[in-house]
Amino acid sequence: MAVDPGLPGAARTQLAVAGARATTAAALNRKGSGPRVQEGLFLALLLLAVGFALAGLAALLVWSFVEGLPRLDANLFTQGPSSLHPETAGFRTAILGSVYVIGGVIALIVPLGVGAAIYLEEYADKTRWWNRFIELNVQNLAGVPSIVYGILGLAFIVRGPLDIGFVAAAGSMTLALLVLPTVILAAREAIRAVPPSIREGALALGATQWQTVRRQVLPAAIPGILTGIILGVARAIGEAAPLLLVGAVTFVTVNPSLFEGRFTTLPVQIFNYAGRPQEVFHELAAAGVIVMLVVLLAMNSFAIWLRNHYEKKLS
Amino acid sequence: MTQETEITPMTEPQPEPPAHDALSEAAADPAAQRGVETHVVPEHRERKGGKTDAVFHIDGVGVSYSGKPAVRDVTFDIAENEITALIGPSGCGKSTLLRCLNRMNDLIPGCEVSGHVGFHGEDLYGPRVDPVRVRTLIGMVFQKPNPFPKSIYDNIAFGPRVLGVKGDLDEIVERALRRGALWDDVKDRLKDNAYGMSGGQQQRLCIARCLAIEPDVILMDEPCSALDPISTGKIEDLMLELKERYSIVIVTHNMQQAARVSDKTAFFTVELSEEEHRVGRVVEFDDTEKVFTNPADPRTEAYVTGKVG
Ligand SMILES: Nc1ncnc2c1ncn2[C@@H]1O[C@H](COP(=O)(O)OP(=O)(O)OP(=O)(O)O)[C@@H](O)[C@H]1O
Ligand SMILES: [Mg+2]
Repeated sequence: MAVDPGLPGAARTQLAVAGARATTAAALNRKGSGPRVQEGLFLALLLLAVGFALAGLAALLVWSFVEGLPRLDANLFTQGPSSLHPETAGFRTAILGSVYVIGGVIALIVPLGVGAAIYLEEYADKTRWWNRFIELNVQNLAGVPSIVYGILGLAFIVRGPLDIGFVAAAGSMTLALLVLPTVILAAREAIRAVPPSIREGALALGATQWQTVRRQVLPAAIPGILTGIILGVARAIGEAAPLLLVGAVTFVTVNPSLFEGRFTTLPVQIFNYAGRPQEVFHELAAAGVIVMLVVLLAMNSFAIWLRNHYEKKLS
Repeated sequence: MTQETEITPMTEPQPEPPAHDALSEAAADPAAQRGVETHVVPEHRERKGGKTDAVFHIDGVGVSYSGKPAVRDVTFDIAENEITALIGPSGCGKSTLLRCLNRMNDLIPGCEVSGHVGFHGEDLYGPRVDPVRVRTLIGMVFQKPNPFPKSIYDNIAFGPRVLGVKGDLDEIVERALRRGALWDDVKDRLKDNAYGMSGGQQQRLCIARCLAIEPDVILMDEPCSALDPISTGKIEDLMLELKERYSIVIVTHNMQQAARVSDKTAFFTVELSEEEHRVGRVVEFDDTEKVFTNPADPRTEAYVTGKVG
């Protein structure tokens, strides 16, 4: 649970990209092309995939609820970790740490990811070698294992040029780098799904290129872009491995802050509890998984609500 | 000069301020308010005693895509308050030439325009001319209706908004919709998404959208090819109405349409160049009546009578 859940980076990115494209296309009410048989086959495949995913999720849910339910109390949120009193220990510092880290991730990936996607789709001259080079690299980066980003973060953010130390902001930056390729690719796909005739229409009315992007292309692409961001953030929430490298420690008793002091996050804390031999810590870990699922659901619901809100405005 | 135009009473037949001033001024003064400048072209253009001036002076124009010529040696004038039809077989460069007239070709990488395009006496491709500003004076309607995925109101208001036009937006929208012969169809559902309209309504919306920025010329690239005869008839009536105020250039594959609405017709054809490229050329340019009843070139006759093409 704590570490990368199975799906390799490249496949996940493809999923994000396809999702983004479909969402934009749906928002623009365009009919998909392709023969019926293919459509049916694709639908069956999708249902199979959804079935597997749901079965996995159900197993996880059942296990964590059976194990963790007795420990689901207020202490879980108000208390920090404790080795001496595991029966009253909780996840307070870890939850706050996750909130800080993910807040930083969102603050970084939204402007950077959308900005890069706009540049690559709307401004970059594809005949220039450096633009093709950037494109190729973004695609490759989406497939790099997360631990590599951890090493990168350790070398360049914690130490090296940035030298900000083992703090939550270093975790934010590392995770932002990790999910940025996914967000860029999904946002590009969403932008590309906006029909060129809309751009032409705006430009023919005397709008500048930026006005066209800002007022026509982006609003039409926002549902798709948000889908990409949701998937990116969902991945970041679950990541533990790269954070361990950039300073997330498993035992923090004080509330975190962005630029000072040590920090931990929910998956790291769960990882720690689950690794201990005593049964009481396993219960704690299961309770943590429940908390994490609730947090994930809440964040995703918010993002989906946001997306639907924009979709309504569009139509 | 903006001032002058605005205080000139519409009834008094004053000489038009030459539009080339508008172009060069905009280019010379980057701080100039684009919104205010859209009034440079007077809203109510008067016909001047039967004689019409040239809006476009096209002289030896050639266009190539990535070095491959698509059309060359085009020379004719497009007159004010007239409808000029461009006809000819597919691939002869009608759209290409049309897109030169509002510099939409600038957006296609590798597209190069040679020769001279004059717009009210000013070089449209002069070094000081801002193509974005050109497009506010020369509107365009596309083959496939392309409304924005927004409300009907926002579709019309988009142009005035980005140009920073001052004044009551509701009024501007209503005026544009009335001129686009769409007001009665949509006045009760201005907030509805434009995608919910019929194809013919969408195309009239695109025309109205273009009227909202008070252009001088409207370019139409096969505006009726996706429409049924009734919608086509409506748009043709609309064009005849609009030519009182605007100059219109229309590309069409419909001979009857060209004969019905246009004053002048340019017939294009495709020829093989020395390098064996297919290049478009203008064979004949004349009054529509002459082109359709007594064409000078046998190729024109064969085309308009439906023997070829
Ligand atoms: N964006 C482009 N890039 C490269 N070549 C192009 C482009 N647009 C048009 N051409 C070429 O230029 C030539 C003229 O095309 P154009 O679209 O102007 O023809 P047309 O007369 O409008 O034809 P139709 O009646 O089918 O619309 C064609 O040979 C076409 O292949
Ligand atoms: Mg064409």
